[in-house]
Amino acid sequence: MNSFVSASTIAGEGLEEVVSLANVKRRFGATPALDGVSLTVRKGEILGIIGRSGAGKSTLIRCLNGLEQADSGEIHIEGRNITGLTEKELQPLRRRIGMIFQHFNLLSAKTVEENVALPLKIEGLGKAERLKRAAELLDLVGLSDKAKAYPSSLSGGQKQRVGIARALSARPALLLSDEATSALDPETTRSILALLKDINRKLGLTILLITHEMEVVRSVADRVAVIDAGRIVEEGPVWSVFADPRAAITQSLLGGIRPQLPEYISARLSPISGPEQILSVDMAGPAAQGALFADLSQALPHSFRLVHGGIDHIQDQPVARFFIAVPTRDSTLPEKVQQFLKARGARVEVLGYDADHA
Amino acid sequence: MTPIMLELLFRSLWETILMTAASGIISLVAGLPLGLALVVTGRGGIAEKPWLNSLLGALVNGFRSVPFIILLVALIPLTRLIVGTALGTWAAIVPLAIAATPYYARIAEVSLREVDRGLIDAVRAMGGNRWTIIREVLVPEALPGIVAGFTVTLVTLIGASAMAGAIGAGGLGDLAIRYGYQRFETTVMIAVVIVLIILVCGIQWFGDRLVAKLDRR
Repeated sequence: MNSFVSASTIAGEGLEEVVSLANVKRRFGATPALDGVSLTVRKGEILGIIGRSGAGKSTLIRCLNGLEQADSGEIHIEGRNITGLTEKELQPLRRRIGMIFQHFNLLSAKTVEENVALPLKIEGLGKAERLKRAAELLDLVGLSDKAKAYPSSLSGGQKQRVGIARALSARPALLLSDEATSALDPETTRSILALLKDINRKLGLTILLITHEMEVVRSVADRVAVIDAGRIVEEGPVWSVFADPRAAITQSLLGGIRPQLPEYISARLSPISGPEQILSVDMAGPAAQGALFADLSQALPHSFRLVHGGIDHIQDQPVARFFIAVPTRDSTLPEKVQQFLKARGARVEVLGYDADHA
Repeated sequence: MTPIMLELLFRSLWETILMTAASGIISLVAGLPLGLALVVTGRGGIAEKPWLNSLLGALVNGFRSVPFIILLVALIPLTRLIVGTALGTWAAIVPLAIAATPYYARIAEVSLREVDRGLIDAVRAMGGNRWTIIREVLVPEALPGIVAGFTVTLVTLIGASAMAGAIGAGGLGDLAIRYGYQRFETTVMIAVVIVLIILVCGIQWFGDRLVAKLDRR
């Protein structure tokens, strides 16, 4: 597992756990959907669970409010074990958990305010009080003018805002987001994610979201857990997992948003020899803040050429990934460059030799 | 057409309306809960009970497979028990209602089954119980289909009520058979058919308008 994980786990000790899962298993027929998942979500944090479709993330999130029952293991919500509870016993518990869905799941026969007020109706609140609270929430999500409208007249983004307002109306301790932005265009996705982040900050609401998009995790989550074939394969603060993805699945999921060696270069790489050695250089956190390349060219003049890369900032931490080419005329140079970079806290990997570069 | 024939026509129209409306309302009141029961006890339903579902399904199929004219006669003892007589308009309402109830239950079942599962999940996730799901999700979301299905049932009942003439229930269908068909009074036949067309179109038009008003999807 990630080296950053242990540090953050220690730092997080003593914080209240809203959700904790221990070795949760669930199978559908012969295929395990969850194969021993252990996980905690701490109060006030946003945990992103990412995985490909079919990795078990939907089953996982649905187990948390009992929409799906686990076969074995323990699921604690606010300290209470919910495994094995009957539908009736789960009902009061579910009122502590809000949920938003990929396809919004708004009731088409009800107006926007009736949708938002429904959890309160279930709680047994009077009509005047319900509508007052619904108005507050519609204000929070910026849809006060749509209170009397029907969902069919709203855009996708507006529908999800109503979904969020509805999920929050009964003042839940936890918000579950089941691919809430997957049916939305990129711009709307950003605005919905900004709203979730805003709610998390304003209300201190704990959020667990599942997604197949790294971009979603990148922009809102504090921590990320990567799920594959029903197991959590990697877990840690988002910036550290982005900086140093260990599992193959994580690397592949990150492929789209992390700098990659351009295709035409990687295609012509030779594993054995060539005029230039191609290296990947990864740095994150404090290590990425120094004037690394300036220092390198001072220490070893003409020792490298920048091929590709960039610096991203995740959770206020710089995460840098560069590809450099080191000439091999002087056969000791590559080794010296690598040693210099490693001494400065960078992770260096030899990708091969570029034979064609003049 | 003579004034007597005209009076007969109006009386028959009234009998048809009475039979259709009364048996229609009974089939709605009994068929909708039956349709709901078929959906909620079915596979993946919110109150899954396979044995009850099979039992209800068999019962519905049983009644639906008996031809109406046979049901009409077979139910005479029951009709006599409920209405006190086996003849006349009121007596016809019993077999009509009993035939229409399983018919309508199946139509309602189809609409209820089409309600998006995600909506049920959403209300379950809010902590809603089964009753909440039925009241807030299943019925309101399926309402356009429930109403459209009721329109279909009413129109079917108008057709079926023609056979109720066999037990002296009267009605437009009976008038058409006895005067228009058996006595070759073409004018009566044409008049009855025109009245029936107007009646069916009127019910359909009203039903469609109501559905359009209810449908928010």
